[in-house]
Amino acid sequence: MTTITADDLKSLIALIAEAMVRERDRLCELDGVIGDADHGIAMELGFSAAARATAELDSATADPTLVFNTAAKAFLNAVGASSGPLYATGLMRAGAAVKGKPSLTDDDMVAAFAAIAKGIQDRGKAEIGEKTMIDAWTPAATACQAAREQGMSLEQSFSAALVAAEAGMEATRNMIATKGRSSRLGERALGHIDPGAASAAVVVACFHAFFSSQ
Amino acid sequence: MKTKKLINDGAAAVDEMLAGVLAAHPNHLRAIEGSPRSVVAKHGPRPGKVGLVIGGGSGHEPSFLGFVGKGLADAAAVGNVFASPPPDPIIECAKAVDNGAGVLFTYGNYAGDVMNFDMAAEILTMDDIEVRTVLTTDDVASAPIDQRDRRRGVAGNVFVFKAAGAACDLMYSLDEVERVARWANDRTYTMGVALSPCSLPQTLKPNFQLGDDEMEIGMGIHGEPGVARGPLKPADQVTTELLDRILGEMNPKQGDRVAVLINSLGSTPLMELYIIMRKVKMTLDALGVEIHLSLVGNYCTSLEMAGASITLMHLDDELQRLIDHPCDCAMFRSGEAL
Repeated sequence: MTTITADDLKSLIALIAEAMVRERDRLCELDGVIGDADHGIAMELGFSAAARATAELDSATADPTLVFNTAAKAFLNAVGASSGPLYATGLMRAGAAVKGKPSLTDDDMVAAFAAIAKGIQDRGKAEIGEKTMIDAWTPAATACQAAREQGMSLEQSFSAALVAAEAGMEATRNMIATKGRSSRLGERALGHIDPGAASAAVVVACFHAFFSSQ
Repeated sequence: MKTKKLINDGAAAVDEMLAGVLAAHPNHLRAIEGSPRSVVAKHGPRPGKVGLVIGGGSGHEPSFLGFVGKGLADAAAVGNVFASPPPDPIIECAKAVDNGAGVLFTYGNYAGDVMNFDMAAEILTMDDIEVRTVLTTDDVASAPIDQRDRRRGVAGNVFVFKAAGAACDLMYSLDEVERVARWANDRTYTMGVALSPCSLPQTLKPNFQLGDDEMEIGMGIHGEPGVARGPLKPADQVTTELLDRILGEMNPKQGDRVAVLINSLGSTPLMELYIIMRKVKMTLDALGVEIHLSLVGNYCTSLEMAGASITLMHLDDELQRLIDHPCDCAMFRSGEAL
């Protein structure tokens, strides 16, 4: 059983921000094939802003909800675009899911993770199979919750989430988009991974890495 | 290989451009204090007038901030390069131009813009500011005609903004401004062709690949793939290909009037735009369609992309009156002196 503090969440967000700096150009190239080549920039900007804003929070008083909400607002205002409203809504839902808790249990952490996926889906109104980040996020959340319900550790639960996210990301290769910028491409998007699903897999990989090192 | 740009720092490009725009056009534009990505018309907003707020990503200059001014848009929210502005600057624009008659949001139909403007509208509604939204969907190449509401908004934006802005300036009610904007959008059709890619200031890498001898018909203004890629053809043939798709949907009758916009995607020069204009005129003359107004130049660009788009707006008496209404913006002026 782990206890996850607001400081842990700040470190997790910083870890995601570092990963997005590394992945920026790869995500832009994926987006250049079927979109407008800016997805890596948006994700780097968004999580860097979220990491900066949450780092400034006072550890003595900040609770997990404040960390999630601060990250959401910073991400949104730095980015706009599509990823801004999607990730901001996801992070705010995570904040709402753990409202009033001074720190998080394993179950709380999985609930917050699932809330991110649900928030993204509610804001973007995408379904599985439409070649969006939801194709990675939703299976990841489902796998994570199922693993946790079977009593697995956070590390194992996020390992299951990562496997599902990467499988979902790979599956977007064979999808025709019906939402988002690439939806105008029809069959020309076939064979290409959706950049939003690819960045979602990066985020999930950071959750897994963070809770593996705990 | 990196592309060459006259910038200082890719991440600062939008804010440095904005500073330059405000320095160049102090009589037309001001930024809202505390919200530097919200640009408002110095003249225009006034009691009882509906406020017109436009906006979108940067990199399309003079869209969108260049069309802020008396007789056209009252404010523009400025996003990062090719990225919708977040809700906050949109909200500040709306608050600055609301004079009790409500606010119309008009912008291109892109998933990101829709989410951010909708979030802004939800928050403004809670503050008792009435907001209506009209999405522009003029890009013929971006979806079939029976899915018009899925089409992107591209250079035809300019005609829709112009009609809506004139209606606002003529003190139409919010209902009427919304109706006019929808009607203007319904009657506006754009087709574009790309010859070479653009590159984002942050990456300095071409955002797509196109062969040395290739063109792409229907490519979007952010480099979204279009409908057909093939060998580059002479201007007249390309113009005919673009016009055929527009006229096929517009179905103008002999004696009908249109407004024409020949727009550069960034680096295609006026010489080539006027060669296109020549063929448009010949084609419309042959059909007996009258060109009431033509605009030729940079109106909705895609950074340094090479290529052009043709927009036709199918005029009726009302749209003609609105298109002719004077306006005086930072980067666009028309009609009698104000």
